[in-house]
Amino acid sequence: MLGYMFRRVLAIVPVMFFVALFVFMLLRLTPGDPAAIIAGDAATPAQLERIREAMGLNEPLHVQFISWTGDLLRGDLGTSLISNTPVTTMIGQRIWPTINIALLTISIAVLIAVPMGVLAAWRHRTWVDYTVMSFSVLGFSVPVFVIGYVFILVFAIKLGWLPVQGYQSPSTHGFDGFLRRAILPALTLATIYVALIARMTRASMLEVLGEDYIRTARAKGARERSVLFRHALRNAAVPIMTVIGTGFALLISGVVVTESVFNIPGIGRLTVDAILARDYPVIQAMILLTAGIYVMVNLLIDLSYSLFDPRIRY
Amino acid sequence: MAGAPKPDSALQPLLRLLSIRSTGVAPMIAAVVLLVIVVITLLSPWIAPWDPLTMNSLNRLKGPSPEHMLGTDAYGRDLLSRVLIGGRVSLLIGIGAAVVSVALGLLIGLVAGFFRTADAIIMRFMDSLMAIPSILLAIALVALNGPSIGSVIMAITIPEVPRVVRLVRSVVLSAREEPYVEAAIALGSSMPKILFRHLMPNTMAPLIVQGTYIVASAILTEALLSFLGAGVSTEIPTWGNIMAEGRQYFRLKPELILWPGLMLSLCILAINLMGDAARDMLDPKLRKRRE
Repeated sequence: MLGYMFRRVLAIVPVMFFVALFVFMLLRLTPGDPAAIIAGDAATPAQLERIREAMGLNEPLHVQFISWTGDLLRGDLGTSLISNTPVTTMIGQRIWPTINIALLTISIAVLIAVPMGVLAAWRHRTWVDYTVMSFSVLGFSVPVFVIGYVFILVFAIKLGWLPVQGYQSPSTHGFDGFLRRAILPALTLATIYVALIARMTRASMLEVLGEDYIRTARAKGARERSVLFRHALRNAAVPIMTVIGTGFALLISGVVVTESVFNIPGIGRLTVDAILARDYPVIQAMILLTAGIYVMVNLLIDLSYSLFDPRIRY
Repeated sequence: MAGAPKPDSALQPLLRLLSIRSTGVAPMIAAVVLLVIVVITLLSPWIAPWDPLTMNSLNRLKGPSPEHMLGTDAYGRDLLSRVLIGGRVSLLIGIGAAVVSVALGLLIGLVAGFFRTADAIIMRFMDSLMAIPSILLAIALVALNGPSIGSVIMAITIPEVPRVVRLVRSVVLSAREEPYVEAAIALGSSMPKILFRHLMPNTMAPLIVQGTYIVASAILTEALLSFLGAGVSTEIPTWGNIMAEGRQYFRLKPELILWPGLMLSLCILAINLMGDAARDMLDPKLRKRRE
């Protein structure tokens, strides 16, 4: 187990190295002067020189890359070209809304999707199954921002139950204010996640429900609920966990869009604003950070398999 | 060898796809919906009642009327005409990006699957591309390369390629152990011949399915890019651009987002259902189970 963990953690190094290399080359490989791209069309030569100096663009490429990765490893993500604040500070200010809404989303998604998938597999080829599957296909097809605006229209504008946009921190404004503003973004984000998890849960459960030990459990008179959730779901858990991990990429992309729709001051908005303003140090840092989070989440999920399935030993 | 399969089996999956077998009503309806969307968007320059770019300051944000069936936008332009014409660019970008992704992914995947030395490096690079959230990568690419249709297609393609590469590589890895490939190598067939003649046909069935899903996701990404302000130039009406402009006026006239959003969703839904149908038809394992 320890050996496997070590190798699995070590495998992150080349992936993150290539992510860093790619992010680094992204600006340098674009045709034209990087400083001019950052500064825009109206820049004076003095401004260009200041940017070149600030980003070390006058150095040879490999020197730039080594000094940049050196800074990264010491936890220095650079300084914003626009606001002149360190990127780590900016992330610190904006990350909590994103984390809170992401946690709410994952909780909602798992609580809705897993029972839905179990139910669909249990009532295979009945209207229950078809309803769940139709919802799943629909969830994949309706774009996140369309869902967001439909929710705003129905629940905030027409029914007036919830505020239209904005965000309140649960620690300063209380949980009620947070939930009233976060529930629509979380539901919006959860839709595609629910579709993905429900579909995988159904497929995985269908496979397991055909096994001999399920028949045995039923034959010995176990209650149906216990058969489904204790005997079947536990054994169907590994693919479901995997899809929660790969779906995390969808969540990150969704966050970017949802925060724009609902006007939430999180890191998704920070990234979009940085990209549109060509604030390159922030863009580099955000792409690295999100890639890092994605890789870490999938590492944790890989390592958690042995918790769910004791047969898996490394 | 009487029972040997015919060598032109590359065509089999295509033929199977085209043959009319009843696979349920949903794919049929999806096919009809998709056909209708494709036909009306292709013919949009002729059937759109107004020029989608003509502004009319006296006629801003109007509701539906006999002249403007869906009303007008913030510049007094006819919403119906804009949605129709907008679909054209969205579909063009979607299909263009899917074709480029599949072609590039096929080529890289064949090489990665066949040459062990190239495999390690290519796959590490692909893994790291997949770790970057595709929408972030795409907006960054458009922001750096400018808002032309070509750069949007490229921005959608680059995050999709690794997924195609993985698929092609996995097929090639198992196919290259087959006796006919070993025989071809032993006979001294040229490398392009082995790759394209013997290995590539195996990848066709899964690629058709994957390609269909990529069209759907590319159309979606194009809309997201425009919506976030990093898509094709705002002068070109696309579904994403119409919605992006509608954001400001959402309380006054939600239809500016709802109509293009509906068309977009219907289109993606139909393509996804077609993809599901193609997968069910081309996957022999699933087919057996159903019969």
